[in-house]
Amino acid sequence: MLRIRGLTKRYRTGDLALKGIDLDVPDGQVMALIGPSGAGKSTVIRCINRLVEPTAGTIELNGTEIVALNSGNLRRMRRRMGMIFQEYALVERLSVMENVLSGRLGYVGFWQSFMRKFPQSDIDEAFRLLQRVGLDHMADKRADELSGGQRQRVGICRALIQNPELLLVDEPTASLDPKTSRQIMRLIRELCAERKLSAIINIHDVMLAQMFAERIVGLKLGEIVYDGPPDKLTPAVLTQIYGEEDWASTIRKADDDDAEEAVAVPEIAPAAPSIERDRLAGLT
Amino acid sequence: MMSDALAAPKRSWQRRDRKAQLSVWFGWLIGTAIFVYCFQKISETTIWAFVWDAPAQAADLGARMVPPAWSYIHQLWRPIWDTLNIATMGTLISIVLAVPIAYCAARNTTPSVTFLRPIALFIIVASRSINSLIWALMLVTIVGPGVFAGIIAIGLRSIGFVAKLLYEAIEEIDESQVEAVRSTGASAAQTTTYGIVPQVMPAFAGISVFRWDINIRESTVLGLVGAGGIGLELNAAITQLYWTQVSLMLLVIIATVILSEWVSAKVRHAII
Repeated sequence: MLRIRGLTKRYRTGDLALKGIDLDVPDGQVMALIGPSGAGKSTVIRCINRLVEPTAGTIELNGTEIVALNSGNLRRMRRRMGMIFQEYALVERLSVMENVLSGRLGYVGFWQSFMRKFPQSDIDEAFRLLQRVGLDHMADKRADELSGGQRQRVGICRALIQNPELLLVDEPTASLDPKTSRQIMRLIRELCAERKLSAIINIHDVMLAQMFAERIVGLKLGEIVYDGPPDKLTPAVLTQIYGEEDWASTIRKADDDDAEEAVAVPEIAPAAPSIERDRLAGLT
Repeated sequence: MMSDALAAPKRSWQRRDRKAQLSVWFGWLIGTAIFVYCFQKISETTIWAFVWDAPAQAADLGARMVPPAWSYIHQLWRPIWDTLNIATMGTLISIVLAVPIAYCAARNTTPSVTFLRPIALFIIVASRSINSLIWALMLVTIVGPGVFAGIIAIGLRSIGFVAKLLYEAIEEIDESQVEAVRSTGASAAQTTTYGIVPQVMPAFAGISVFRWDINIRESTVLGLVGAGGIGLELNAAITQLYWTQVSLMLLVIIATVILSEWVSAKVRHAII
């Protein structure tokens, strides 16, 4: 359970990015954070793992207060939160395996990580995760040899190998084509369900948010203006979040839902047949 | 709509307006005047007879240089080996010292912007502003003549070069990769080795090999001031007017430099 109270961020430039946000994310909930550029979506996520220092407010993850932690405790706290990035943020010149294992850096000593001597259990888990996302044959490829969708899956593995309690996902699909976007969102959604993980997903694409999140929070100029289920996202609400626009074609209708899934499922199957198999095997 | 567009007056466009154009012309005028004045000053202090004689002198010197004294080559292996050692050892020393300096000088990795960074930048400037020949001149008086003075001279001169290019490479890295490593709970040292080192590794290798390549050329002249290597022999041959030996040494130096360029090009290609 993530509890945010009165979260405020004022940047050094004087811009007030967040104006006292209150937000609770229960365990296992996949929540989408939508809103126009500059609304503060990224700031919210980065305040939670303190890549950005909050100006005021409290953030509590399963009973631990985050904002007041000293640097050693903050590092231990960050192990409990996996982050997935917009441009994947893989270390391009390291191999896929090294990128995945870098998710364990908080658990191993400096020399151990420097010599790449990770515990066998970490290596097993890395292979298991790579297999789960269909990339176990790519373990020794360099990250910059991969396509966008593949890179994002490696990014997902890096976050999951931390064995986190919460996923922070920052625009996971912004650099991906529509089909890959759906596959990635579906994967995140499935993995969250498998591991009873809660997730906060920043996302620009309202339709994707509606398809894959069970709760939507709309942010505008640093304030929450909508908090509710995806199907309550009416044109009026979108106008409130983003401003005046013709929203009719953006909002997903209930029967599109099934059509979408029916098309999407056979699409993914031939591309990555191992995913289906692994799912049946009940991995991860 | 269409007729409106057609009826619109023709709008002229020029790269510069009148004022800017005039100032450009004025700039050229001043530049030319300065050139003519300086040419005249230099001309007054030049003995032109010598200059007109230069082609004949050059031809004469050239004639004395051929054929190169090939048999002399057996005495050159040792100095050329010394020269290579000076360049290589000097480069290694400079790399070892330049890495921490670059780390302190880069804005995004320095432990202290107000205190350590200016010191690191000063070391870089100091090292770069003094030519290796001058370093060698001073070191010969401090540690005595020989290869050791040459190594230290090359090392001191190269610190600035390597550190400057390296800290610029560090400042140009993609911060998001570093952020991603940090967000896993990695310590500062781990964030450096996983987030920063892989990103600057190609630049680092390229800079090191490039500097080694430069140092081979620089170390050939260090002998002129007594700091070991082939320059020592070259100096001796020139003062004794053994021009055929000089020409052989020039050929050997050219061959060495070509070899080093080839090696460094190969290495850089392999890394990137």
